Amino acid sequence: MLDAKIPQGSLSEKWTKYKGSVKLVNPANKRKLEIIVVGTGLAGSSAAASLGEMGYKVKAFCFQDSPRRAHSIAAQGGINAAKNYQNDGDSTYRLFYDTIKGGDYRAREANVHRLAEVSTNIIDQCVAQGVPFAREYGGLLSNRSFGGTQVQRTFYAAGQTGQQLLIGAYQALERQVALGTVEMFARHEMVELVIIDGKARGIIARNLVTGELERHFGHAVLLCTGGYGNVFYLSTNAMGSNVTAAWKVHRKGAYFANPCFTQIHPTCIPVSGDHQSKLTLMSESLRNDGRIWVPAKQSDNRAPNEIPEEERDYYLERRYPAFGNLVPRDVASRAAKERCDAGYGVGTSKQAVYLDYAAAIQRYGKAEESKRNLGSVSSETITALGKEVVKEKYGNLFDMYEKITGENPYEVPMRIYPAVHYTMGGLWVDYELKTTIDGLYALGEANFSDHGANRLGASALMQGLADGYFVIPYTLGNYLAEEIRTNNIPTDHPAFVEAEKNASERINKLISIKGKQTVESFHKRLGKIIWDKCGMARSAEGLKQAIEEVRALKKEFWSDVRIPGGINEMNPELDKAGRVADFIELGELMCLDALERNESCGGHFREEYQTPDGEALRDDENYMYVAAWEMKEENWQLHKESLNYEIVKPSQRSYK
Amino acid sequence: MQHYSMNLKLKVWRQRNANEQGHFETYDVENVSSEMSFLEMIDVLNEQLISKGGEPIAFDHDCREGICGMCSMVIDGRPHGPWKGTTTCQLHMRAFKDGDMITVEPFRANAFPVIKDLMVSRSAFDRIIQAGGYISVNTGNAVDGNALPIEKDKADDAFAAAACIGCGACVAACKNASAMLFVSAKVSHLALLPQGEPERKQRVVNMIAQMDKEGFGSCTNTYACEAECPKEISVLNIARLNREYLDATLSAD
Repeated sequence: MLDAKIPQGSLSEKWTKYKGSVKLVNPANKRKLEIIVVGTGLAGSSAAASLGEMGYKVKAFCFQDSPRRAHSIAAQGGINAAKNYQNDGDSTYRLFYDTIKGGDYRAREANVHRLAEVSTNIIDQCVAQGVPFAREYGGLLSNRSFGGTQVQRTFYAAGQTGQQLLIGAYQALERQVALGTVEMFARHEMVELVIIDGKARGIIARNLVTGELERHFGHAVLLCTGGYGNVFYLSTNAMGSNVTAAWKVHRKGAYFANPCFTQIHPTCIPVSGDHQSKLTLMSESLRNDGRIWVPAKQSDNRAPNEIPEEERDYYLERRYPAFGNLVPRDVASRAAKERCDAGYGVGTSKQAVYLDYAAAIQRYGKAEESKRNLGSVSSETITALGKEVVKEKYGNLFDMYEKITGENPYEVPMRIYPAVHYTMGGLWVDYELKTTIDGLYALGEANFSDHGANRLGASALMQGLADGYFVIPYTLGNYLAEEIRTNNIPTDHPAFVEAEKNASERINKLISIKGKQTVESFHKRLGKIIWDKCGMARSAEGLKQAIEEVRALKKEFWSDVRIPGGINEMNPELDKAGRVADFIELGELMCLDALERNESCGGHFREEYQTPDGEALRDDENYMYVAAWEMKEENWQLHKESLNYEIVKPSQRSYK
Repeated sequence: MQHYSMNLKLKVWRQRNANEQGHFETYDVENVSSEMSFLEMIDVLNEQLISKGGEPIAFDHDCREGICGMCSMVIDGRPHGPWKGTTTCQLHMRAFKDGDMITVEPFRANAFPVIKDLMVSRSAFDRIIQAGGYISVNTGNAVDGNALPIEKDKADDAFAAAACIGCGACVAACKNASAMLFVSAKVSHLALLPQGEPERKQRVVNMIAQMDKEGFGSCTNTYACEAECPKEISVLNIARLNREYLDATLSAD
């Protein structure tokens, strides 16, 4: 059994007690300690900035041309915090409870409680940095609701919350760059971890402009490299989002936890054809006001506005009256798939459902009529007033929909379908966010710890910033306090030489295959296998087939991939080839993990395990654990961390 | 929406690296669907080039949702192409018709050197932010988020300025390669908020100094930047920047 090193004491006192007793590093010693941060999204930027402010010497790396581009920027809807500004019954406990329940009782209680505790500090910190959150006329911060909760605790900046939070963290990071505490390496990709005497001591990074391999020493290494959703080829992740850094450390001994826990987001723009390179999310916040429906008749080809109210099936409101359109993501996604598989889907592909704003426009229009004291106005005026309100709340999302589809969502309902969006699984970490390799930490989406088998909306931004601003500054000190006697290790140390040689050999091997098929074509084939057999629904039979298919694909890749260009130059195809090679190996592990978990929970839905009305059927007796996989040769060994619920009593999740 | 298929000619800037001369090459792309995004059309062309043993066109891109600011390209003479308020990654092929010849170039400015083909370096923007584009508040020093009410109008204006994605289209659109719209958006964002007040004067002075040092040109009020900005950042921010700068330099002690 794995030990997560959870502090003793009652749940609500663990973090406070930990902070009060954790080892500290004095300021003079901080200046001598070097920290490597890989990835500059919310977790990486906030960690690098905060550690720099504390006086450590930080080196930060990102593969993009600037740290501000990291994919956290694309998060739309918001960030949760237990501020209870709305006086609607929110509290640290409620946020903790909702997150544990939303995660279908597969998250670690102590981590989640800490997350809920620091959530309020995040909002304060961001406001102080100048993050322009939405405000009410009185000048105070505005909130909205999100899926899986019954309180309004989500802070937002129109549909660009991730962008504004990341720019806040990016600016804090650039301030440290100017002060000389952080050195920034953009257009660099980590390709190998350096381990000396069992401790992470540095990385090999590839300069993507020149192709050169560089050696970088650090007393500790932090991976803030995001999730692995691009294993599916089509996902809402950015094109460059990848698992490579996490996979390199996995190959070196870091355990990978719950890889099969992937989130399929219910409201994305449907696939339009084979040319599709990525999918675009429409924020979950749209489910606040939009109503989801399909025609009540199968294969109904009428235009949506021609289908009368009584011939529509608002299936979420029908199946889940208590939460309605605001059920958690996994539930909403499966319900959409169920309707489409049963022949009620809409659009040319029939793989879509409607998200309709007509009722919200009328409701807001009437509210404005009375707010502005207009007396009784025409229905056109009410519609126009309603559209204004909707535009203010969701304008940029509606514009984005129109740009992509060419349809005006103010006039016709949007067509949406689930798409891969987030990965709850990731590197196994203990309470201190340390992986199974000493001195190696994982933050944000790159780790596995807080969301269990399903993440609630507006919680990813919260976790990324919690880890970077408020957790790692404390927990890393506990490790570095013991490192003050370790001098910088010169990068001609044999471990650096060896790691660079490994990285170089692999790159040489890739480019010398000179086969016939493009990297892109392999990635597409991998994505199709994983989506079909390890996507929204999984079965033992399908997973076994998928494992065989992925293994065969791996062989084919390593004998027939074609990578144009050379090594010592900017070569995006070579970068992509390295990433796809790692995704292929991860794909096999995902299927293995999904096969081993003989239950349904959260985003992991095994067709064999469901209730008579089609809900996920957990098996707490046998599977209430974290599956942490260790790579041995080219195979995996399973380790378990048992989950003990001291406070929350796991029950069948019900949103009815 | 009626979908259609088209055959196109693409005239694309090719340049091996920063030191070598670049040139245009012309390619045929067939059966392009009107539902594709512009970058997906380039993906198709690149797959064809690789299959024929050629080298794909290098270009910057990442989120493909119009928010990360990584994509660039000047398409038929316009940064991010013909659609107003749209990044290249969100431009869709229904903007074009069968038989069109499309010219694709990198963003051109001395401060944005070409890395390869359509990729340029925009690290000058990061250095301008380093010069003062932040509020100096270390983690852990903040008061309660609601301790300081901010007028909604001001908060909304600050947000509108903060919506800048740092793509550099303003520079590429400007005949002087001026970065005034980018700098003014950040200065406005922070100057409009009470939290930005303590560093207001030194911020604007330092950011302008860095902008000049990077080799961006001066602003001659043609408003091409606003016209081409994918986030439609207003030139009113430039007016605000000028006021802020004047105020800071005249009252400096």
